[in-house]
Amino acid sequence: MTDDAYTFIIPAGEPWMREIKKGQRFRIVDLHGNQAVDTLFYNAHDYSDRYSAQDTIRHQRNIYLTTGTQLISTNGNVMLTIVADTCGRHDTLGGACANESNMVRYAIDKRHMHACRSSFLKAVTEWDHGMTKRDITSNINFFMNVPVTAEGKLTFEDGISEPGKYVEMRAEMDVLAMISNCPQLNNPCNAYNPTPVQVAIW
Amino acid sequence: MHEALWDEIVQPAASWSHVLKRGTILRITDTEGGANVGALFYNFECPVERYNMPDTLKAQHIARLTKGFVLYSDMGRILCSLVDDTVGWHDPLGGCSNAAMVRAQYGEGAYQDLRNDCYRNGHDSFLVELGKWGLGPRDLVPNINFFSRVDVGPDGGMAYHAGNSAPGSYVELRAEMNVLAILNTCPHPLDPAATYQAKPVQLSIRRAGPVAADDACRLSRPENGRGFTLTERYFL
Repeated sequence: MTDDAYTFIIPAGEPWMREIKKGQRFRIVDLHGNQAVDTLFYNAHDYSDRYSAQDTIRHQRNIYLTTGTQLISTNGNVMLTIVADTCGRHDTLGGACANESNMVRYAIDKRHMHACRSSFLKAVTEWDHGMTKRDITSNINFFMNVPVTAEGKLTFEDGISEPGKYVEMRAEMDVLAMISNCPQLNNPCNAYNPTPVQVAIW
Repeated sequence: MHEALWDEIVQPAASWSHVLKRGTILRITDTEGGANVGALFYNFECPVERYNMPDTLKAQHIARLTKGFVLYSDMGRILCSLVDDTVGWHDPLGGCSNAAMVRAQYGEGAYQDLRNDCYRNGHDSFLVELGKWGLGPRDLVPNINFFSRVDVGPDGGMAYHAGNSAPGSYVELRAEMNVLAILNTCPHPLDPAATYQAKPVQLSIRRAGPVAADDACRLSRPENGRGFTLTERYFL
């Protein structure tokens, strides 16, 4: 990281959105460990061309994202490449929490609890470039561990991240990054304790 | 069983769309074996509510689809239930092919040369069929591949499972809302075949009875019980 890098601490439960130019590095630091960093990317010049979880995992024939993974867009473009990863594995199947999915997963009276897709909606609305819920698709969960078994079960395993672990990407095109620093309080994945993360761009 | 309202063949590498009415069942039959049906589902009344792969997988702790599971929208509601299935495994992970992949794998397959045997791909097929309903690239989300299977190894590696669907296999989807279904029969994007081998499927639609209190999909997980409750409230 260079001395003049942009850095920002995203508090737990808050969204963040910023453009990253082609060639720039983008680092996310899990400051306190096992924090879910729900992340989406868009082609900065055409938001309808956006991160695709299925294209990304199929392209590399592996469901886990780590060093060497190329993040692929719906139009087949390489958006970013993961160039460093001290955590070792990141999820892109588990998606983001929502008021409604919390009602299904945990209890109908959980509707009021703050959720990632509300943060995403707030972020795209404030970005004020015509983005809406239509633009919120299946995301990356940096620092989350969601294995699939040979029998076709999806399991949510204990985190493998720790305080200070980070993932670093190189932008291969101009992209718009959007993060919801996950507020989930119903899931042991973050020890029921959402914490801040740091982002850096240089 | 209610008699079929109609039957229809979807030709190889063709697209199809229809608003499945709440309380009807769509049976898709892989008549020849080895078919792939790429599928997306939307709430017809408000298409920004749509099939959500992660919500479907994590609510049911699954990475495959078969009888007893349901397809969740991103709004906590059930678009369709898989009320019957003779295959046992349908792929929710592999996504769809695109023009570059199809050209790289099979070579040029232009309409000018091959007429309606041309090599269509899943991505463009979805966009064309979505366009007929006023939808477009912003509405393209992770899709299902009926009749196909992708195995995931301990290291996360994905492997296409050949021979997953025998001739005559079928899956039945009961619409729990008025669901815009967007289908195509393009080959699975991980199918390693050296030649372009899309297969047809037969569709049959019939009426279903009301969803019983002891419906297998409702009872398969406590999450699905809540999902049915939220879906039923939508119509109150």
